[in-house]
Amino acid sequence: MGYSKDQLLARLQELQIEFSQYEHPVVMTVEAQAKYVGNTGAGLSKNLFLKDKKNRFYVVSALADAKVDLKVLSQRLGLGKGGLRMAPEEALGEILQVPLGCVTPFALVNDSAGHVSLLLDQGFKGQDRCLFHPLSNDMTISLNVSELDKFLRSIGRDSSYVDLEANPPVGKDNPPDLADLVPSDSIVLSDPPEKAASLQGPRNDHVISDNKSTEITAKANEPSRKVKNIKEKSVSIVQPSSSFKDVGQFVEEILDKTKALLLSETRVIQITGETIKQHGERLGAVVADGIRERLSSELKADTRLYLNTAYTEGFSVARTMFQNTGAHSQFRCL
Amino acid sequence: MDKKEAEVGALQNVEGKQEEEEQVVNPWEVSAKEGGKIDYDKLIEKFGCQRLNQSLIDRVEHLTSRRAHVFLRRGVFFAHRDFTEILDAYERGEKFYLYTGRGPSSEALHLGHLVPFMFTQYLQEVFKVPLVIQLTDDEKCLWKNLTVEESRRLARENAKDIIACGFDIRRTFIFSDFDYVGGAFYRNMIEVSKRVTCNQIVGIFGFVGEDHIGKYSFPPVQAAPSFPSSFPHLFSGKDNLRCLIPCAIDQDPYFRMTRDVAPRIGYHKPALIESLFFPALQGETGKMSASDPNSAIYVTDSEKEIKNKINKYAFSGGQDSVEKHRQLGANLEVDIPVKYLSFFLEDDAELGHVKEEYGAGRMLTGEVKQRLIEVLTKLVERHRRARAAVTDEMVDAFMAVRPLPNMFN
Repeated sequence: MGYSKDQLLARLQELQIEFSQYEHPVVMTVEAQAKYVGNTGAGLSKNLFLKDKKNRFYVVSALADAKVDLKVLSQRLGLGKGGLRMAPEEALGEILQVPLGCVTPFALVNDSAGHVSLLLDQGFKGQDRCLFHPLSNDMTISLNVSELDKFLRSIGRDSSYVDLEANPPVGKDNPPDLADLVPSDSIVLSDPPEKAASLQGPRNDHVISDNKSTEITAKANEPSRKVKNIKEKSVSIVQPSSSFKDVGQFVEEILDKTKALLLSETRVIQITGETIKQHGERLGAVVADGIRERLSSELKADTRLYLNTAYTEGFSVARTMFQNTGAHSQFRCL
Repeated sequence: MDKKEAEVGALQNVEGKQEEEEQVVNPWEVSAKEGGKIDYDKLIEKFGCQRLNQSLIDRVEHLTSRRAHVFLRRGVFFAHRDFTEILDAYERGEKFYLYTGRGPSSEALHLGHLVPFMFTQYLQEVFKVPLVIQLTDDEKCLWKNLTVEESRRLARENAKDIIACGFDIRRTFIFSDFDYVGGAFYRNMIEVSKRVTCNQIVGIFGFVGEDHIGKYSFPPVQAAPSFPSSFPHLFSGKDNLRCLIPCAIDQDPYFRMTRDVAPRIGYHKPALIESLFFPALQGETGKMSASDPNSAIYVTDSEKEIKNKINKYAFSGGQDSVEKHRQLGANLEVDIPVKYLSFFLEDDAELGHVKEEYGAGRMLTGEVKQRLIEVLTKLVERHRRARAAVTDEMVDAFMAVRPLPNMFN
């Protein structure tokens, strides 16, 4: 069963994510939503649920006034022109498990959305706070986008921010810049009349970053199909970590991991009067040692990845400088 | 090749004759005696390598000031040639380099494929030595009838999974045969080729008259990386550098040949440290096969798929009924979940506990499988996460023919 609004809100509180909530009558469009929360000073979002010809799904979440051109987006993802279209209504219920008019990045908390790629509008970063539906149309929550990132990390996702209004050329010499964000797996909805085969997507899993999405207006593309089986993906989808390029994000992830481990470790030891008596002042050390050991190998692996990524960047730069093309003459080495 | 090794080699692969009584272990086929499992003691004896004993493991811990890798502690890497010499030299301050490789025959890697890489990564980390990784795309093109393009593509794809095992890019050179063979490497290949006769090759690998000449000429390609002069951009002037090769024991024939030739060219014999085969889900009678998806856990398997495969296909040593099980306990010798746990469950105490309780019948198969599913899922998730961070550019960087300054620091 999909997460309910209350479950989500409880989860946000557990994660100590800072947000405000606004209740209002059910709204089905951005315009209607704006009537109630448009003057809060926060950036309203529009959210699109899209699919491509190979049954791969995307949530594109953008500032309400951003211009999102699906044709451009489709090309940037490497899907050709016209490769993207609105996902059918059934997919909304089956994959995102939210009602009509309620597409939101938070829907990714559901296991069924495991293969959905998320694209977030870079524009969100420029806002103090942004507005999203928390899995239900009768409420809107407002939070800073870094808090959204925190939530996404907690479900094993990285946040990919994209300049949704950009229109870079895509061609032989310019590979699609968002190709990384195409999911590796397609999702087969039960009984689809069109191409049923789940095709193999490109090998890398990618975080879907922000895409401008327009609110889905409840238009089903195909006549009602009964949803029978979805290729379910449990918990953490692997997203390519941009944290391996970003020091801040890297460190935050380490701290998040440590915190999560601390919380679970203390739960295991059950900090009670007993254990305090047993270990006395050493309780802190005992817990700390346990955490240290658990974290050690994982952090080493992560750091190695960070190192390799940095080295690769240097290598690329050097290669560009010394490639024998016309452009290289502008670079110099002592 | 000394008489004993040649004899052994000949025994191993008598042309065409499938000796039902004997187990078969060579780079292209691994099967146990009918219905049984691989007899590793016999293998060591036949091949003529040594057992890796506890004193060597202790020595490694002492020299590296780190706990030995779980594969050493559990006897996964169980045999060696000249590992003692490597440690002796290391103690004297003489470094060595690591050499391992993969035949990129398929896109799907399973856990068995990861084992040597996981271990090699540990060796690189604790000894702080450089590593060369050979992708034998030419071999797969020759044996598996893949096109050149396809083998090269698979090589690059496999490189990503290999890199995801956590190798240090400052000390690691990955190369594909199709890209790298030539120059000094090729010169060493010729030095090897002229010192191995057709009869010897047939004796070691069992080639027949109908086999194409590509097969005959391939072994020197796998031998050449054992010599530091094959990598002038890395080891120029260091002809005395020793080589240690972590691999599965079915690769031993290549390196028996190499070791025989090495002193005749004036190089150290490469040392080897060899592992058991990772057993297939259905049981110990052979090794995991890329062609049967249910015989193995793949790094691309989802949590659900892992759960399903373990629950459905992992061969259990438990008894048929709960009552019988509580009475007799499980047969740990054939139980696959326990075997897998001994590969991947790091905590010695927990493994010991599981073995005790399960062997006594107090723990049920379901619980053991459940724990295994947790462990494997975590492992696979971690691998996938790391792999997702490997870009094509990173592969280019690992494969660039470049110097590796500080490779010994």
